[in-house]
Amino acid sequence: MSILRFLVKRLVLSVFVLLGLSILIFVISRVLPGDPVRMALGSRAPEWAVENMRREMHLDEPLYKQYIFWLSGAVRGDLGTSLVTRRAVSVDIREFVPATLELALFSAVIMAVFGILLGAVAGRFRDTWVDNVIRVFSYIGVVTPSFVFAILFVLLFGYILRILPTIGRLSPWIARPPTVTGLMTIDALISGNFAALGDILQHMILPAVSLALGPLAQQARIARSTVSDNLGKDYILSAKGFGIPGRVVMLKYLLKPSLIPTVSIMGLDFAGIVANAFLVELIFNWPGFSRYGVNAMLNKDLNAVSAVVIVLGMVFITVNILVDLIVAWLDPRIRLGAERGK
Amino acid sequence: MVRWFRREAFRRRWEAFGKGWYKFSRNPVSVIGLVLVLGVSFVAIFAPYVSPFPSHAERYVNFPEASQEPSTSHLFGTDVFGRDVLSRIFYGFRYSLMMGAVVLSLVVIPGVILGLLAGYYRGTWIDTVIMRITDIFLAVPPLILALAVASVLTPNIFNAMMAVSLMWWPWYTRLVYGLASSLRNEFFVQSAEVIGASRRHILFRELLPNCVSSIFTKMSLDMGWVILIGSSLSFVGLGAQPPTPDLGTMVADGAKYLPDQWWITIFPAFAIMITVLGFNLLGDGFRDLFALEET
Repeated sequence: MSILRFLVKRLVLSVFVLLGLSILIFVISRVLPGDPVRMALGSRAPEWAVENMRREMHLDEPLYKQYIFWLSGAVRGDLGTSLVTRRAVSVDIREFVPATLELALFSAVIMAVFGILLGAVAGRFRDTWVDNVIRVFSYIGVVTPSFVFAILFVLLFGYILRILPTIGRLSPWIARPPTVTGLMTIDALISGNFAALGDILQHMILPAVSLALGPLAQQARIARSTVSDNLGKDYILSAKGFGIPGRVVMLKYLLKPSLIPTVSIMGLDFAGIVANAFLVELIFNWPGFSRYGVNAMLNKDLNAVSAVVIVLGMVFITVNILVDLIVAWLDPRIRLGAERGK
Repeated sequence: MVRWFRREAFRRRWEAFGKGWYKFSRNPVSVIGLVLVLGVSFVAIFAPYVSPFPSHAERYVNFPEASQEPSTSHLFGTDVFGRDVLSRIFYGFRYSLMMGAVVLSLVVIPGVILGLLAGYYRGTWIDTVIMRITDIFLAVPPLILALAVASVLTPNIFNAMMAVSLMWWPWYTRLVYGLASSLRNEFFVQSAEVIGASRRHILFRELLPNCVSSIFTKMSLDMGWVILIGSSLSFVGLGAQPPTPDLGTMVADGAKYLPDQWWITIFPAFAIMITVLGFNLLGDGFRDLFALEET
């Protein structure tokens, strides 16, 4: 019951945030200087062509009418036409989202597993050389931009060692598995094509790791401090005193509550992964949503840019609600939907 | 008497500073951070005097010496135009630090004031309006919104600063909101209210001083993040444009010549890392010093 109430409340709030975001991005794209039609058609296009296109896109009407027009389209799933490709933006997005989603999820799994693992090990062996090595590593991870990791990996694995592919999602000589979900790994699994699966995973490793290392380091730092804090608490001592085996104490009594702070920032980390994918997908020529977004931005393709921002807003809001649900499940002290202070 | 009070207050503050400095200097992490930040700042400020080839920073061509490997005459090698990479990095520090300093100086004051207002008037319409607007800005990562804003502007370093600033204030609003809304129930705020202190006094003399250490720590960490975002904008091509010696632009330009002429890319990339690392360690040092919680 309370979870249902929490969900309804969050969804209502999300609608308002999305509306606000749409106004924000609309204002940014229409009010700031620069003529989008002129930019789309080029400086040598005749005046009448510019005028026609402007009318076609309702750019000659007052701003609030433009917004209402845009919004009524967006609600129906029509995000306008790309100024550059002249295709419907929603078609483009549907085509490009799965590739980024797959990459970001793979990256998030790497981040969560290794981040928590490294942090837990560092916290358990606090102030030993293991801890120090992990701390130095996590500082390097935190301060290195993911595009630098990407470049270093391309250099190291693509050119020097030549053991991993650095371009695209799939080698050209391997047939693409039939599209079911759009997530190629899952599609390959469904069709039982393990050669393709291996190839896809190989393509995904470098971009996913370059995206994961930063948030992974952050996770490790947080996991370390919570584990080492909880290690000194009385309940661990009493659990040990009852003769509960050390491994059970570590996993059940120490690790589970220590996961809470790391999980609760995972929404932010996921957002960071997708944001950095804007750069990393360019480097690995990954045919995803983020690369589409950057290209739209570089071409001043306003409809596409607005659509990209709105879709990302929707993705992040969903992820944050999911994260809150997981945290509530991990932490029995949190009662979702309950009024504060009661 | 008044003078004695003033002198006494000054003496105590000086003493507190001395104690703080002692604690700070015992922590190797923060000292390394301080050294890095001071080093980078020194090189940036005195770039014309410390860089071996100051004229190589911007537009300069010297093809006979193009694409040379690191050597004693060019420690970090030369790029495809024959410019000394080390000199360009020294000038690049200037743009990175300027990016961080300009963005933070534009962002902190409005962000903090909005956070104080929303926190103090918690539960009223002021809180609702400010914090819901903040939610909108926080719904999408600042890098993406900054890219979107930068994309509609003419790409240059000034517009990149504006784009990042426009997206960065909500983080301060949210930080200060959390602090102020819990502080407002403390006795010292309530007693100030009871004796009829003005709103301005409560906001800026009672609440703000108790938020300063958190704001200060966040600013130090944020210098690093803003520099990172600025270099990301430049890397994509929506920030500083060549021949400006911006570190992100240098990495992007060099990436074209990668496997062979690695030094054009790798050294500017390390320069970004060193700068961000410095501010990060410094921020961690402040956090330990003020005994703040890690978030």
